[in-house]
Amino acid sequence: MRILRLPFPMPLLRSLQALLVTAVVCFSLGATDPTERFNELGHKMMCTCGCGQVLLECNHVGCQTSGGMRDELTTGIAGGQNDSLILQSFVQRYGATVLAAPTTQGFDLVAWIMPFLVAALALVGTIFLVRNWAKNQPSLAVAAAQSAGDPALDAMRERIRRETGTEV
Amino acid sequence: MAAFGSLVLLIALALAAYNFVAGGVALRLLAVGGPGGQRRMSPERLAETARRAGIASFVAVSAAAFALIWSVLHNDFSIEYIVEHSNRALPTPYKFAAMWSGQEGSLLLWAWLLAAYGLVLRLSHKADVKLHAYAGTILAAVQTFFLMLLVIKVPPFGGVRGGIIPEDGNGLNPLLQYPEMVIHPPMLYLGYVGFTVPFAFALGALMMRYPGEKWIHITRRWTMFTWLFLTVGVFLGMHWAYAVLGWGGYWGWDPVENASLMPWLTGTAFLHSVMMQEKRGMMKQWNVWLIFSTFMLSILGTLLTRAGLVSSVHAFAQSTIGGWFVTFLVITMAVCLFTYILNRDHLKSEHRVESLVSRESSFLFNNLVLLAACFTILWGTLFPVMSEYIEGTKTTLSGAYYSHIAVPIGVFLLLLTGIGPLLAWRASSFRSYRRNLILPGIFGAIAAILFVIVHRKSQYDEGVFYSLITVALGAAVATALVMEYVRGTAVIHRQTGRDIFQSMFLLVGRNTRRYGGFLVHLGVVIIFVGFSGYAFNQTAEMPMGPGDKMNIGPYTLTNLGNTQESNHNYDTEFSQLDVYEHGQKVLDQPMAPEKRTYLVNGQPQTMVANHSTWRWDLYVVYEGRDQTNGLPIIKAFLNPLVMWIWVGLMVVVAGTLIALIPSLSPSRVTATVPARGSLPPSAATVGLARSGD
Repeated sequence: MRILRLPFPMPLLRSLQALLVTAVVCFSLGATDPTERFNELGHKMMCTCGCGQVLLECNHVGCQTSGGMRDELTTGIAGGQNDSLILQSFVQRYGATVLAAPTTQGFDLVAWIMPFLVAALALVGTIFLVRNWAKNQPSLAVAAAQSAGDPALDAMRERIRRETGTEV
Repeated sequence: MAAFGSLVLLIALALAAYNFVAGGVALRLLAVGGPGGQRRMSPERLAETARRAGIASFVAVSAAAFALIWSVLHNDFSIEYIVEHSNRALPTPYKFAAMWSGQEGSLLLWAWLLAAYGLVLRLSHKADVKLHAYAGTILAAVQTFFLMLLVIKVPPFGGVRGGIIPEDGNGLNPLLQYPEMVIHPPMLYLGYVGFTVPFAFALGALMMRYPGEKWIHITRRWTMFTWLFLTVGVFLGMHWAYAVLGWGGYWGWDPVENASLMPWLTGTAFLHSVMMQEKRGMMKQWNVWLIFSTFMLSILGTLLTRAGLVSSVHAFAQSTIGGWFVTFLVITMAVCLFTYILNRDHLKSEHRVESLVSRESSFLFNNLVLLAACFTILWGTLFPVMSEYIEGTKTTLSGAYYSHIAVPIGVFLLLLTGIGPLLAWRASSFRSYRRNLILPGIFGAIAAILFVIVHRKSQYDEGVFYSLITVALGAAVATALVMEYVRGTAVIHRQTGRDIFQSMFLLVGRNTRRYGGFLVHLGVVIIFVGFSGYAFNQTAEMPMGPGDKMNIGPYTLTNLGNTQESNHNYDTEFSQLDVYEHGQKVLDQPMAPEKRTYLVNGQPQTMVANHSTWRWDLYVVYEGRDQTNGLPIIKAFLNPLVMWIWVGLMVVVAGTLIALIPSLSPSRVTATVPARGSLPPSAATVGLARSGD
């Protein structure tokens, strides 16, 4: 049976795992108090006065719109409506443009998926391409692997690099 | 002066068109060869006349720019553009800014800067006459397009509508009446326009099947200068938005901001991947398309924001020039594609990437991430237009969308900023790589632990999570970069016995490009750490009468009073606020946020009061008067780490300037390095560079 040798020591991997789990736990904690909800929902909507700013960041002097919208939001939260219901009522009243980000339904979903899809395809494509190039250059690949694995050569390369400030 | 301006613009167009046509004909004749003796003028002489026409075109466009500036300074309201963008009471520095505050003026600035770049290119033609002739002709084609726009579609010297000359003009947009607006647009334009030069060299080199990589050596400095201008321009824009728009942030993912970021991203990718072509003859096709894309994105940015295709709070000038830009873009794309298809066999790589763990592949991934970021921004900018076309409803994409998509990409880029420089060309062994990662890993972990301790009471939402990752990665990357300086300095110190500062000077001087580049990366890390503070922004807002207090973070703001004043340009009202921290007065002078209303057009402008420290900015805005009680509404923001962004920019600028300085010429000494038998004898003795001795 072939034993897979990891390039990093197990304790380091375990520490990384622990860090990741901690981060995910912390990340999943969230507050649900009305002020926090007001702040969160207020940043999910745009002011419709034409300023193109997020509702809670509209700073126009005497803006006729944002005050009313904020009051509506406060009323909605105080009335016990959930976030989705509040957002829906704003969409019905002001149109889909009131939302600061696309929804996750219909064509809007494409807005979210496309950047990740393109990045993922490009990433996979690049890895595939580099591996393919490396495979098609057996002599160079072998030489590189041999030289890369030799501690004496590594040390010499490192010294040359340090002392000349150039790459070898 | 209007007639003079129009005339010199027409002359400039004629000269640029001659440069383009005569240059093109001469290069074609030179390419096909054949007897030149029977012709009235040899191709070489024809090319020289084209070059001189290009130089003369610069003089003519400069005269037109001078005419516009002179007209603004002398309040010549017979010109419609001056009426729309200036007035008598406008302070003189802002009269210069009037030149680029509107469509016509900004296009004239574009043409002028392009002519200036062209002048430098044409005067330095002896570096490589034929390549410069190609580049100069391509530049002339672009110049002809912009001058045609100025002469036919958006003439800056057009007469006032109705023929009646008004007593005064409408004044400059108040948002533009801020000191940075005098330098931000020219910087940004120097960046946008500057990318035309490497584009022209790349296209020219491909057309003439230029042997070798000399065109890259010639254009490297052009590209770096251009990149520097664009970087400074983008950041000045951020600072202007922060100081003037009064919403407490510096980047709103507005289409105009996005338009400036896209060519910056592809330009940055080009600066990195071009090194692979220089050093190893790789990525030739990729590099050509990167610089083509960068140029076209500069044009697309202008199309997006100036043609009214997408709405923007920054779009100070819009008109119906969209069709012109679309046509120009299509022609540019067709020429690039045709030239590429015709000459693609000339762009075959001499080497290929040999290992996933190598400097080359890190450049590949760096390019991948930068292009992914560029695509995301382009996608986000165009999506509202697409959704309106497909669904009939314009979907809004604000900062919330970009935060979800672009921030993870940015974090990955930060990671590569540190990993890339640690890798060797061709292949790195995991052993040496792991050794290099230990110390950065330790510092990164320490930073993460400190972060969690300091913010143990914070709600861990998405922003805080990314902030944690950024700070940890930033510490690791900064450690990796500093280690490179420390190691090199220590070696020189040991070898030469010089003190640490002299040793570091020598280290950097021997390879300015490498160590300047590291400094740029360090600046990027500092900027990212500055961005990470955004997750902890705090705000407070209340109507404040005299004596009222407002608390935000550790600060207490006490209103000393509210005042109204007037001058010949604007009315202003402001509050004076004393700032206390834990009961101690922080500032000798009170903060004075104000709201101005310009007399000539009644437009308001916010003047933010900002107390900036390493830890955070106390940013105070006078929002206006409460309609119920007439008291001024004061909004305060506590924005952590914002100063780090501006400091990071300075480090980036310093690093780029160092990278632009030629390296010290090394003298050579010979040192014998013990080597094992597998090396060829010639490799056993290695020449070590040592300068100054």
